[in-house]
Amino acid sequence: MVKRALDSDLFYSFRRSKITMVAAAVTLLFFLLAILASVLSVQNPFDPAQLQLMNSRISPLWTSDGQSPFLLGTDEQGRDVLSAILYGMRISLLVGVLGVVFSGAIGILLGLTAGYFGGAVDGLIMRIADVQLSFPAILIALLINGIAKSVFGNKLDEMSMLAVLVFAIGLSFWVQYARTVRGSVMVEKNKDYVAAAQLIGLPAPVIMLRHVLPNTMGPILVIATINLALAIITEATLSFLGSGMPETMPSLGTLIRIGNNYLFAGEWWIVAFPGIALAALILSINLLGDWLRDALNPKLR
Amino acid sequence: MLAFTLRRAIQAIGVMIAVGIISFSMFRFAGDPVNQMVGMDTSGAERAAIRKSLGLDDPVIVQFGRYIGNAAQFKFGVSYQFRLPVSNLLMERMPATLELAICATIFAMLCGILMGVYSALRRDSWLTHAFQAISLIGISLPTFLIGILMIYLFSVTLGWLPSFGRGDVVHIGWWTTGLLTLSGLKALIMPSITLGLFQMTLIMRLVRTEMLEVMRTDYIRFARARGLTTRAIHYGHALRNTMIPVITVAGLQFGSVIAFAIITETVFQWPGMGLLFVQAVQNVDIPIMAAYLMMVSLIFVTINLVVDILYTIVDPRLRSTISRAH
Repeated sequence: MVKRALDSDLFYSFRRSKITMVAAAVTLLFFLLAILASVLSVQNPFDPAQLQLMNSRISPLWTSDGQSPFLLGTDEQGRDVLSAILYGMRISLLVGVLGVVFSGAIGILLGLTAGYFGGAVDGLIMRIADVQLSFPAILIALLINGIAKSVFGNKLDEMSMLAVLVFAIGLSFWVQYARTVRGSVMVEKNKDYVAAAQLIGLPAPVIMLRHVLPNTMGPILVIATINLALAIITEATLSFLGSGMPETMPSLGTLIRIGNNYLFAGEWWIVAFPGIALAALILSINLLGDWLRDALNPKLR
Repeated sequence: MLAFTLRRAIQAIGVMIAVGIISFSMFRFAGDPVNQMVGMDTSGAERAAIRKSLGLDDPVIVQFGRYIGNAAQFKFGVSYQFRLPVSNLLMERMPATLELAICATIFAMLCGILMGVYSALRRDSWLTHAFQAISLIGISLPTFLIGILMIYLFSVTLGWLPSFGRGDVVHIGWWTTGLLTLSGLKALIMPSITLGLFQMTLIMRLVRTEMLEVMRTDYIRFARARGLTTRAIHYGHALRNTMIPVITVAGLQFGSVIAFAIITETVFQWPGMGLLFVQAVQNVDIPIMAAYLMMVSLIFVTINLVVDILYTIVDPRLRSTISRAH
């Protein structure tokens, strides 16, 4: 199995592209850092009891005013910037991955349904997709966010806010999956194996999920990778605009929002490091997505 | 052609009705409008009176009709947080957003076309590689980070440009403009670049691919054979033929520019519709959210419709494909 994987075209093109290898390493590193956040950080930035105001506004370690153990300095509340980034990265990646899974689930189900049944169902789903596609995702996510706040009250706790973000991102990004899956299904459903499955009397959901779906996975994987970057950007943007994660459980976007207030006071490190972390994360995921698109789609070479 | 135009127009009206239903449901069902308007100490009888005066006891379909009728006359109710008519608030802030969006689009077109043409003609120059790196960064960096970076560079460190607001504005009738004062112009620079950067990379790549495509065609080869100067071939023939898709994309993107202004306006505290919308989302000010949705949708739908129709007039080859696709 491993030998086969190492021998594949995909791995060959991976080995040949240095940038992709670096991007993969960086992405992996970020995921590891996020998972190991509680082990690596010197404090839990979500726990107010561990923050001491005495330690506020310390500049990074290598500057003249730096203090151990705050490698990247501290913010206004004495929160260690590095710890906050590690924990914030965890939130950003969690929302991003869950958002991608959720939007993928909606998009794949609707795409399968539209492609397999065709007719009026197809027409309705694709018309909704067309209309939604002409609006930017960030606008839709903001609206869903506002509606959720209005329905559940303005003060949501941290975990429900996370769920609202996942929901908003999921509903904003399903269209591309649905369109791609629909296209693949329309090609696949005329093949013999589908006719054979229909002849032995398998029900439509089984044929769709067990037999047709696996044959459409390539493009779905590409969209999911690129959408992970988009979902992380969307979450960060919503949090930056003040409609995302609250300051008691900040994501990278919230950290940038907080740090932005201290830019004029000369405390650049509070905003710079979360910003660099976010940019590096998005850039490496984007590069991975670009490589995957070219590698899985030989026509583009 | 007439059938196509009509079909697109009916489609556009359908979209607007759908948007109307969404924004009406937001207004009517997401939270109780009466609770938002009155204080805690209002009695039940007073609440019932307000409920009646707003017509919230009528059948939903009647309410919807009235909502759409009002929206068509540009009446969107009263803002919960400002206690002012939403239409006044929007009108007051629209010039700021439109001015920003237009400047961003002009910046994106100018730089995008120049960079695209250059990177198509000099494919291996170091500048071309630099442009491509810029475009990768332009796509990968979130808008708000670019804005913050520019503020840090040009406002905090160098102190050249203002970091927030529109500067001094001049009133011309109900329109306010920052284009006529020095501080207004200076305030426009950073927000326009931030907002236009994504469109710029889009246009640059489009111009580059189109130029490379056109340069391979027979009529360019024929122009060379006729002995025309390189300059005349590049700018008179090749570039002119890339302009139709570029203008179309820029036109279609204008709606997105207005929507993305939400982020830029927040970073630079630009007093436009986007900032109003963000504040409305934070404070759950549903009338403003609903009105903003309707306004932006109207802009989107109108632009799409106009571009679609113009496109088929300009390029007859598309008529058959477009009518087949829909």
